[in-house]
Amino acid sequence: MRYLPLSDNERGQMLAKIGVQSIDDLFVDVPEEARLTGPIRELPNHASEMAVERHFKALAAKNTVAGEVPFFIGAGAYRHHVPASVDHIIQRGEFLTAYTPYQPEIAQGTLQMLFEFQTQVARMLGTDVANASMYDGSTSCWEAISMARRITKKKKAILSPGVHPHYVSVAKTMARFTGDILDTSLPTLDGTTDLEAELLNSIDDETSCVVVQYPDILGNINDLTRISHKAQEYKALLIAVVTEPVAMGAIKSPGEMGADIVVGEGQSIGVGLQFGGPYVGLFGCKAKYVRQMPGRLCGETVDAEGKRGFVLTLSTREQHIRRDKATSNICTNSGLCALAFSVHMTLLGEKGLRDLAMVNHTKAVKAADRLTSIEGVEMVTGNFFNEFTLRLPTDARAIVQQLADQQILGGVSLGRLYPDSDGLDNGLVIAVTETVLDEDIEIFANALETILSGGVS
Amino acid sequence: MNQRDLNQGRPSRIEGDIDTTNGRKLSTFSGNKALMLDEPLIFELGSRETCGVDIDVMEPIESRLGGLERHQPIGLAGLSESETVRHYTRLSRQNYAIDLGLFPLGSCTMKHNPRLNEKMARIAGFADIHPMQPISTVQGALELIDELAHWLKTLTGMPAVAMSPKAGAHGELCGILAIRAALEARGDAREVILVPESAHGTNPATAAFAGYRVEEIPATEGGRVDVEALAARLGPDVAGVMITNPNTCGLFEPDMRKISDLVHAAGGLVYCDGANFNAIVGRVRPGDLGIDAMHINLHKTFSTPHGGGGPGSGPVVLSEALAPYAPLPYVTKSSDFFQLVEEEQSLSEDSDTFGRMTAFHGQMGMFTRALSYIMSHGADGLKQVSEDAVLNANYILRSMDDVLDAPFGHSGPCMHEALFSDKGLADGFSTINISKGLIDEGYHPMTMYFPLVVHGAMLVEPTETESKHALDNFIGSFRHVVNQAKEGDQSLLQAPHFAPRARLDETAAARRPILVWNEPETAQAAE
Ligand SMILES: Cc1ncc(COP(=O)(O)O)c(C=O)c1O
Repeated sequence: MRYLPLSDNERGQMLAKIGVQSIDDLFVDVPEEARLTGPIRELPNHASEMAVERHFKALAAKNTVAGEVPFFIGAGAYRHHVPASVDHIIQRGEFLTAYTPYQPEIAQGTLQMLFEFQTQVARMLGTDVANASMYDGSTSCWEAISMARRITKKKKAILSPGVHPHYVSVAKTMARFTGDILDTSLPTLDGTTDLEAELLNSIDDETSCVVVQYPDILGNINDLTRISHKAQEYKALLIAVVTEPVAMGAIKSPGEMGADIVVGEGQSIGVGLQFGGPYVGLFGCKAKYVRQMPGRLCGETVDAEGKRGFVLTLSTREQHIRRDKATSNICTNSGLCALAFSVHMTLLGEKGLRDLAMVNHTKAVKAADRLTSIEGVEMVTGNFFNEFTLRLPTDARAIVQQLADQQILGGVSLGRLYPDSDGLDNGLVIAVTETVLDEDIEIFANALETILSGGVS
Repeated sequence: MNQRDLNQGRPSRIEGDIDTTNGRKLSTFSGNKALMLDEPLIFELGSRETCGVDIDVMEPIESRLGGLERHQPIGLAGLSESETVRHYTRLSRQNYAIDLGLFPLGSCTMKHNPRLNEKMARIAGFADIHPMQPISTVQGALELIDELAHWLKTLTGMPAVAMSPKAGAHGELCGILAIRAALEARGDAREVILVPESAHGTNPATAAFAGYRVEEIPATEGGRVDVEALAARLGPDVAGVMITNPNTCGLFEPDMRKISDLVHAAGGLVYCDGANFNAIVGRVRPGDLGIDAMHINLHKTFSTPHGGGGPGSGPVVLSEALAPYAPLPYVTKSSDFFQLVEEEQSLSEDSDTFGRMTAFHGQMGMFTRALSYIMSHGADGLKQVSEDAVLNANYILRSMDDVLDAPFGHSGPCMHEALFSDKGLADGFSTINISKGLIDEGYHPMTMYFPLVVHGAMLVEPTETESKHALDNFIGSFRHVVNQAKEGDQSLLQAPHFAPRARLDETAAARRPILVWNEPETAQAAE
């Protein structure tokens, strides 16, 4: 077995040193009836690298690779180009095979990286501080709601209809057990209701926080200033959720518009799609709330010789010290994904992120213009960054499947995101990033045109 | 209690740089010491104009950003690719890692991370697929999840598994929510979760996060759950227990079956923290001990890399009683087609899910690695894993117990980790000094001051991927440092002497937190 270095001879020597006859003597505490005597049912014996690789390649071949087809899917995870050096750096064993930096004198590499990550995230989201990562955007979002409850000592959270429905589901799941009250509603395609007015109206003295997504699930970008003011008036916090951080290169940050807590999904920078995980939750807030934050925080200090160094800090918030009084139960977070994010952000820098964001926006506008030129296809989204929603003349779920049958991954149907709601079935959410080529847009538009006109392409 | 904060304050200044024979101190102009290279922050190195990616900027169009265009600078620093690679390579060299040497951090199972697993996870058919792609285009991915789920159920002897939890603590949450949902369905959610005092901090934190009140159960002299105390506390208000097995003292709970029966008889349910599954994989099936839920840290037993703090993955195996409450989404198979059940309305009759824990389907990148690990080891290899893990830990236990107090060592063997206390060290010396001494010896220290039931705990977990040669070297260093601490060797109090940094001032860091970099003229504390 290639990973196990002990020889039988050495095992014998070690048993002798321990003073037992056989390995079974080390398992004496396990009651007889709980011991497995035979081999593990059905599992074959060890396999060579070649054999494992063959099996994995066969499974992988059954999937349609995003990068090999015209690809327009977003809705909370985005396909961006990840520079080659990112994957090289995260595979350095000193990063890959280290753990949480509990011993700071021999973990300055991870700690300095986390300090840089926290700074990048805080600046990007427009917050004073940011933590060293959460699991993903959806768990960050719930942690923010629960942090707002601790700060305001109120239990009612208002979630805007623009928040990703899966994030809303996570919050609902938790709220059912914690006793938080969630005020949620569904988005609409008709554009007749004034969502902001409804949201503003629902804020009252009981409200602990208002949660808005920016850009939202349909791709809309809306000014958060008025909501922020109203929330402040009622001593509620404004929580902004960013699922596409590349947008921060083109538009104002939520912090600039007054958000108290900004959480996000960092996947689109450096991490890759990976069928949903591992991703990296971003979590930033105003400095005055830092002691209520969940998760690890890295802070600057000096060593005994006066040299600058970094440590994990404010850990009296955390489970290993505070146990059932901790701000969160999180322990292992998304360290390596935070590194990938940070390396990609370092490569981009200020200029790169802004240029990248504008390329995304420009391509999305081009795609939107082309697709809405198709008869019967209408734009639902107002202002947008790199994602928008179309209303098709028919159920979008079937269209998405027909496109997939032609090797085109043409967005996410609202029917899949909101299976139990009427009136959204014709909605199709489309994301366009720098990886999309002009010809992809043409292929997609032509296929959609043909399908909608009842033909087969 | 305060022992966790002991000696965390700023130590006194240590001797300066190396003295030469003529008494002059040796130092360099740069501050570097040959291969020991200091590195500034990216914000001190880079600029707003520098970019390490070539982006084909497009002709400007009429913006649809609706007046929300960014006018303020973000404040990011960019580096060219060459500078970026150098920056992170220099940083990486200030880290200890498994690839460099033995990493006996108890409870964390820091075993070798096979590189085949990295290669498998990077196959485009797994790495470059979107979680919301049409189900027909991700059949291979769903099949892989189903396959891993099958082996996890087989290895634990449990009928169901929830794959979406993102780490151990998230798995605990999944299990406790399932317990609560099952009790609510009986019309009686109950109020209290019992947790042994030796439990990991995530256990009480999770129970509280799920809306339960936590009560502690004492340990026996022998380091096990006090079954009598537990039985006495059971009652109609107790929703369940969270028992770690093997426990955090590195011992198997021989009465686990009895505990399960007692809890069930009192109407409660049993959560098992499976962080230490590495000790028993292939030899014991937790399902045979009557438990209702257990998380498996794929980043421990199944070797997915710890990555400097994550990501992890924490699938939860469930009993018949809890299976109906498993979270969404999950994979089902009908004839040859794999389905992803994402929403309540598409549920079958026997499901009564408690909801959703995360945006998508779990840690796919960890699933690929874990399956690659399981196949590579196979039935024979996995059994050998637990045997060698236990053998290595006992070898350390018996090679140290003449110099270091092993509070439970006299009563018999340990499982995959050996636990020591700081009894017998010279006055003023504690576990942290041994840790810092081990750093100078070229090792990552063991877990210190955990579990809380042992004074100055040192929890040593070597794992099965260490050779006898590596163990012998470690034991030599460990004995040396322990003897220094027993003899009161003052130099140990200022250790580490040879690390990239001397002891760091954690008190100052917490008193005046600096959590982000600020331009020097505006630098100030975060609060
Ligand atoms: C005994 C025990 N339980 C639970 C956990 C939590 O697991 P994770 O860090 O993956 O959330 C750990 C690991 O740190 C542990 O050692």
